[in-house]
Amino acid sequence: MCLAIPGKIVEISSGNADSAIIEVAGVRRRIDLGLLQDDRPVPGDWVLIHVGFAMSKISERDALEQMNTLRMLGQTEVAIQEVQGYGLEDVT
Amino acid sequence: MRFVDEFREPGLISRTAEEIRRLAGTERHYRMMEVCGGHTHAIYRFGLKDILPENIELIHGPGCPVCVLPMGRIDDGLSIAQEPNVIFAAFGDMMRVPGTQGSPLEHKARGMDVRIVYSPSDALKLARLNPEKHVMFFAIGFETTAPSTALTMMRARAEGIRNFSVFCNHVTIIPAIRAILDSPDMRLDAFIGPGHVSTVIGCRPYEWIAVNERKPIVVSGFEPLDLLQSIVMLLRQLNAGEAKVENQYKRVVPWEGNRAALRAMADVFQLRPYFEWRGLGFISQSALRINDRYAEWDAEQRFKVPGIRVTDPKAAQCGEVLKGVLKPHQCKLFGRECTPDHPVGALMVSSEGSCAAYHSYEHRKAAMETSLTSIA
Repeated sequence: MCLAIPGKIVEISSGNADSAIIEVAGVRRRIDLGLLQDDRPVPGDWVLIHVGFAMSKISERDALEQMNTLRMLGQTEVAIQEVQGYGLEDVT
Repeated sequence: MRFVDEFREPGLISRTAEEIRRLAGTERHYRMMEVCGGHTHAIYRFGLKDILPENIELIHGPGCPVCVLPMGRIDDGLSIAQEPNVIFAAFGDMMRVPGTQGSPLEHKARGMDVRIVYSPSDALKLARLNPEKHVMFFAIGFETTAPSTALTMMRARAEGIRNFSVFCNHVTIIPAIRAILDSPDMRLDAFIGPGHVSTVIGCRPYEWIAVNERKPIVVSGFEPLDLLQSIVMLLRQLNAGEAKVENQYKRVVPWEGNRAALRAMADVFQLRPYFEWRGLGFISQSALRINDRYAEWDAEQRFKVPGIRVTDPKAAQCGEVLKGVLKPHQCKLFGRECTPDHPVGALMVSSEGSCAAYHSYEHRKAAMETSLTSIA
């Protein structure tokens, strides 16, 4: 339930500073940056994502370790499925 | 211990485990509660219990939002979705959780419009895409998830999207810890504090546990080394007779939390006077409701809610397991009437529930060992 997924900011929307494209394990989806408005990330930064919202900025090293943790917890697939589902993609 | 070899610093893990054995000695029994369901899952998954000395006992706490949700709330939410033109949207975790008349997935099979969403903002998107329908988002989660629901409602209000509402079941972790500490049969020495809840609330809200209750608490990450280091930090405090809040998960958790997330929660929610928790009963000020400024987006104010109450089956001993009085397998129903496929009690409902985690790892391991012995 409290899955936190590391993603890299690829692009921030020009018209909406709260909307960004992130990449997680090769999957690109749009997420919400509204909860980081006091400390805005820029493209290239890594964030921890929970239910489609960036929760905190993290270092690249910690992001890779977090991905490894998810793998060890057996939750990589769940995490990728969640990210793929953002924006109602593949949701029936 | 499983997975040690693939972990980044196996040497450091065995040195930390050695330090735990040295600090724990043999004289004293240590009872530590990991509050978060994610930690419970990690502890079983990594087999951490196998490398801890016997005099360190880990008690699994109430931090699994799916597990602690009373069945009546699921019935209430599904009852709203019986109204014409309502879409019931919820996270995948909720889909198989049973109400008295079946789970959301079973209602879908009977014709209800039930959708899985991975984000509250996608429930709002569903509302934009279906202007002739009403989308009700069934919100659950602790402070990790509540800010995302809040921000989504702020966006709905700002955009004037009126065919969207939230059935709010968000709960807060501190009152649950207080209820556990207040319980007369509770004997705990220390807490492993939740990681991702603390990215939002920070570490200050735990100070009363250290100051008033004289119990150490260490906010911890989810890797094996994180959990072992947190246990070392707790043992050092306990052995020195100290009680402090410490942050082992500094790489993710700021001491002050996430102020923007807290502002969003404060804008949309207010505390309920009380809320029922499966296994723990009614706890004062332990959940969030939507405040009157957002009444139009509050499913409980927009629709007639029956207010169904379902008492937990008497034979299920979830409360005792939650408080650490019983181990999961000591419950009379465990592994017989109550299994992950057919959960009777709260803690079997989600993979983060302590009974489900125990069933998946320990029970299977024990069954395997038994069958191996019988083959031998």
